[in-house]
Formats: sequence, structure tokens, C-alpha cells
Amino acid sequence: MTTVTPTPLFHPTHLDALEAESVHIFREVAGEFERPTILFSGGKDSIVMLHLALKAFWPAPVPFSLLHVDTGHNFPEVIEYRDRVVAEHGLTLHVAHVQDFIDDGRLVERPDGTRNPLQTVPLLDAIERNRFDAVFGGGRRDEEKARAKERVFSLRDEFGAWDPRRQRPELWSLYNGKHAVGEHVRVFPLSNWTELDVWQYIEREKIELPEIYYAHERDVFARGGMWLTAGEWGGPKEHEPTERRMIRYRTVGDMSCTGAVDSDAVAIADVIAEIAASRLTERGATRADDKLSEAAMEDRKREGYF
Amino acid sequence: MTSTTEELTATSLLRFATAGSVDDGKSTLVGRLLHDSKSVLVDQLEAVKQASRRRGQESPDLALLTDGLRAEREQGITIDVAYRYFATPRRRFILADTPGHVQYTRNMVTGASTAELAVVLVDARNGVLEQTRRHAAVAALLRVPHVVLAVNKMDLVGYDEAVFAQITGEFTAYAARLGVNDIVTVPISALAGDNVVEPSTHMDWYTGPTLLEHLETVRVDTDPADAPARFPVQYVIRPQRGEFHDYRGYAGQLASGALRTGDTVTVLPSGRTGTISGIDVLGRSADIASVGQSVTLRLAEDLDISRGDLLAAGPPPRLTQDVEATVCHLHDRPLKAGDKVLLKHTTRTVRAVVKEIACRIDITAPIEEGGLDQHTDVQELRVNDIGKVLLRTAEPLALDDYRDNQRTGSFLLIDPADGTTRTAGMVGTTGLVTPDWPHHV
Repeated sequence: MTTVTPTPLFHPTHLDALEAESVHIFREVAGEFERPTILFSGGKDSIVMLHLALKAFWPAPVPFSLLHVDTGHNFPEVIEYRDRVVAEHGLTLHVAHVQDFIDDGRLVERPDGTRNPLQTVPLLDAIERNRFDAVFGGGRRDEEKARAKERVFSLRDEFGAWDPRRQRPELWSLYNGKHAVGEHVRVFPLSNWTELDVWQYIEREKIELPEIYYAHERDVFARGGMWLTAGEWGGPKEHEPTERRMIRYRTVGDMSCTGAVDSDAVAIADVIAEIAASRLTERGATRADDKLSEAAMEDRKREGYF
Repeated sequence: MTSTTEELTATSLLRFATAGSVDDGKSTLVGRLLHDSKSVLVDQLEAVKQASRRRGQESPDLALLTDGLRAEREQGITIDVAYRYFATPRRRFILADTPGHVQYTRNMVTGASTAELAVVLVDARNGVLEQTRRHAAVAALLRVPHVVLAVNKMDLVGYDEAVFAQITGEFTAYAARLGVNDIVTVPISALAGDNVVEPSTHMDWYTGPTLLEHLETVRVDTDPADAPARFPVQYVIRPQRGEFHDYRGYAGQLASGALRTGDTVTVLPSGRTGTISGIDVLGRSADIASVGQSVTLRLAEDLDISRGDLLAAGPPPRLTQDVEATVCHLHDRPLKAGDKVLLKHTTRTVRAVVKEIACRIDITAPIEEGGLDQHTDVQELRVNDIGKVLLRTAEPLALDDYRDNQRTGSFLLIDPADGTTRTAGMVGTTGLVTPDWPHHV
């Protein structure tokens, strides 16, 4: 025992408070649902989710499986990272392949080659086949207008769709996870985190990330105001010259629509300084799919997207 | 660059709510806070500028930063709360932005439930209105520790001190009746930027802080560590493998107080006692756990404890099947005596029946016109109504009064048929305004 101090008040930092809240959410789901899964893309938000889940149930294993929707256009560094983490913690990984759906005709490749919007169908199929009743997503409210109004527990109907009318008021830290058979609840434990919080937490907890998050030299070409990596998915086209640049990725998604930013940030402290100074949101800077229209995210969300 | 670097060091967090309608300029105020604290990023501002130009406006309409979703416009609904995030070198903020129209009370109750401070906005030209009183009452009911009255559109009343004084006088008197005494009042113009972030050059008579300055410096106390300890068990951790073969830990978030190794705790509802033999804070061993921390507790004794149980130390909570509470009804289907519901309290959900709707409280009329009167002749509570009810639960609950403990004093009523959240409840007989409670046997 330590010496007794008169009023040992706990002064949590914002990261302590966010961590405690997220852990509370993970444990609520473990207590109330039968078959939860964590959407795991190998992106930093899903990596932080997994880290929180590991801490929440220590020393027991995480009582959830992982689900990855593989567009077929993933960064090899990210897939390698994913498989290593799964093996290290003895986790169960489900993979839904967009390619399978294209091959058997349930999905049709888009003319622009972008596969992000195609993820919804395999995602919902995997949820239905595995009878997942709670699906953890790494979405944050600071990301986008449509996400700002998202609940921590977001009810989805049997088609995976989000109906704003059916969303329940969420008070205090009482989360209502009641749902009918066939419906499921999307759970967002990082709702109240900002991009900066996520990075500061990664630094504090010394969480390893796929190396593409840090500055490195890469052959890229310009499209739609972003640097894209050349790949089998259809780039660069003839009029798009490739050049070698020092870049890094702020988000990790489908290679066809995830852009890199010019950066010299080779270590996490550099990344944090860069983000703090950046005047563009991460989605604005690096996601072509969110530039599609003003309500792009809202539309995809209603259809059952992440 | 200096400010963004300093931003990194701000680790104190304030959760606050804004209440007011679009007409009061709330969206503009929120937009102004985000914009002037440099939390609006280039691409967001560019989108607002473009949308403003399309609508024929010359300068960017900051209200568009908090614009609704298309689904809301199409369906004519308002999603209750939108959350915004911004930071200054001094503090980080989570703002629950509650729309004033349509589901007004419901929205604000939701936003205020997690807020440490509420900003109530009034239009200087209109003064204290029905919805101002409603907002003050909700802040009082939810026991939001700090209330700020922001008198907006001062530019439209010639920055007149007398107008400001009249409104703050009326509001303060009403709030005092509600038991809210800690009120800060700020004259602002969200549109022109007066006293929101930068001090106004038009109101020399005002010497107080700007709104943001107040938000940055208001003291937010966590509950004292000597409050009675309450620990709702969320989940039992039993690895049953390797070196942790015999590990059995109770996972939860401390709702109040502090617990140390060696402390005796009472397990409720069983009433058995145990001794804390170990505290694990997310994988790290500790001697003490304090309010707000998510931890795992180990006990020396082998007790039958599961999710829904409460570990308590200090003055014990009430163990009862009869719940007297002040409620806010949230759903279109009214709440009536005889309704069967599920009552979700901390980590425990039990069946319950509404025994009686004791009264509905008028939170909109001025005092002299029946404001805060308790109407006992009502048969039901409708959406947005505040009232007092009596519930009977199928199993005993360990309850604290909401005024003593928000976390163990609050609950939801859920429809067992479709899972809808119908009502938000606050345990206690002395809720809003009068301590009188209809006498029950």
C-alpha cells in the first residue's frame, strides 16, 4: 500500500477519459450481445479499437472476432500487419472479399475502378451469414457531418440500413442495445475521439501501425488532387505521369481512392505536429469517395456502409 | 503555428451543451465558436463558402457548418443532438449541439445528460421566452453544474446595457426558483463576433469574460473522492488459462467515489460483503481506483457476482422495488399508468410497471402564470413532457437519488416489444422545484 494522501483526486487527462469511456462501451457490448465483431481494416482507428478491446478484457482474450472487408486493392503492408496482429493475439478473423462478389456477378466493377462503395454488400452479407448482432466500427463523430449525429449504439434494420427515425435518444452512459432478430447494432466506441486524440493515444500507448502511415518514398501519380499509388486496380493512365515522392497516408483504405499527402513525418511526433498544423480534415485530404457529393457519406451510411 | 503546438498540451476536457433555436442564432454561435477557435478546417470552410455563394450570400454563412442532414430535411425531422469537437490552447471541448425546434425538450435532455455546462441562448430582441424557461428547467432538472446565459444579437438592440440587464434579471430570478444559482451571463453577437471569442469593442459596460474565455476557465470538478463508492459490474473476466487460470475480475467503470485494495464492499442486491484484494487498471495493477476510471476489481472472497450487481462502499444506496422519479418522456407514444416497461439502470435491466403518473410539471409558463406548477390531474405524459411517476420493478434495484449520483440515479424506460427508448428517468422525490411529493403508502 502507498502512503495515504488526504484527498487523492483522480485528474484524468482527455486521453484517460476517452479511454475509460471506450472501454466501458466495449464491456457493455460484451455483457449484452451474443455475437459481436470488430470491423478491422488495419487502419489506425480499427487498430486503436483493437488495442482498447485488448485492454478492456485483460487478462482474458478479446471476446469478439474481427471482420475485414477486403476490397482486393489493399496495401500489402496493411494485410501483412493485419495477419501478424491476428496471429499474435490469437484472434479469429473473418474476411469478406469484394472480388468474390464481382466474380460471381453480385457486384459490378465501377467505371472509375473505385471499390470503396462496393464494400457495403459484402459487409452486410458477412454480418448476416455470421449472425453478428453487434458490429464495432471505428467511425468518429469529428470525421464528417453525417457522423456528427451518429449514436454510439446505432440500430440497423434487417437490410443493414440506418433510419434516422429509429435512432434512439442516448442519455448519460446508458446504451440501449435492444434489437429484433435479424437486426444488428453498429457500435462506435471512438465516437468522441478526434483524429488528434487517436494519434496522441497511439503515441502514448506505443501502438505499432502499418508503416505506410509514416513518410516514405513511393512512386505515385496525381489524380483528383491527390497522390495515388500505382497498382493493378487501374492506374496510372497514360496521361498520368508517375513520380517518386516522399509521402505518407493519413487514412488507409482502398488503394484506388486513398490518397497520400506530401510529408516528411517519419516518426509519430512528426505526424502529430503535422496533423495539429494541418488545415485540411483527413477525409478532405485523402478520400476521393467523400468528395463525390455533399451528401456522399450520408447516402452510403443509410445503405449500411461502415 | 504556436497555437496549434500549444493545443497539443491542453489535456483538460469540457463537455458542454448549447440550447436555443435557429432563430436565436445558435447555429451561427456554434459556427462562430468553431471558426474563431480555428477549428474549422480549410476544406470545411470552402464547402460552406460554396454553399453560401449558391444561396446568394456574400459572406460565408457559419450556420451552414452545423447544417442538418438531407434525411432530416426530407423527413421533416431533427436528429436530437449533433456533437462537435474543438480545442483551444487551454482546453478541449465536446459540444452537444441540441436543436431548438420540434423535439425541444427531448433534445436538450439528451444533450444535457452528459454536459458539465449548458449555454442557454436568447435573442436580445425577444428576451426570456417559453423555450428559455424550458431550457433553464431542463438544465436544473438534469443538474448541469454550470449554466451560461448568452444574450445574442446585441448588435440589433444597439448594444444597449439596459436591454441586457433586464433579460439577465428576469432569467436569474426564474433560475433561482429552479435552484440554479451559478449563472454567468454574457452579452454577445454571434454574427458580428462580439464577446464570443474576441472581446466586443461595442460594449465597454461589460467587463466579464467572453463566452469562450469562460468555457476555457470554468472550473470543472470531478466528484470528490470521498463520495460513497459505487461500482456497477459490467462483465466478469475469467481467462481460465495459463498463469491467470484462477483469475476472476469484475469489470466496470467507477460511478462515484474511490476504492482501494483492502476496502470492504457490499454486493447489491445480495447484501453480501467482500474485500478488494486487487485492482487492475486496464492491465496495470493499482492501489486505488477513482470515479470515472474503467477498472477490474478482484475480491478476496469467492462470491457469486455477475453483470448487473453493484459493489458499494460508504452510505449504502436504497434497495427497493418502488421507484419514485422525475422523468422526461421522449417518445411519441404517451406514458400511462399500467404500462409494462423494461427499466435499464446502470448495468441492470429489469421488468417494471408504471404504477402512477403523479403529475406533469409546467416548465414553460412564467411563474406568475402557473410556471413550475405540478398538474396532478393528468393521465399520461406525452413526448417532451416532464413529470413525476411511480414505478414498481420485478426485482429490487440499488438506487441513489439523482441529485447525489447521476450514474446510479438515472435510468431509461424501454418498450419491451420493440426496444424503443421511451422515457428518461431521474430517481428522487425532490426533483424540480418543490420538495413536495404526493404521499404514497
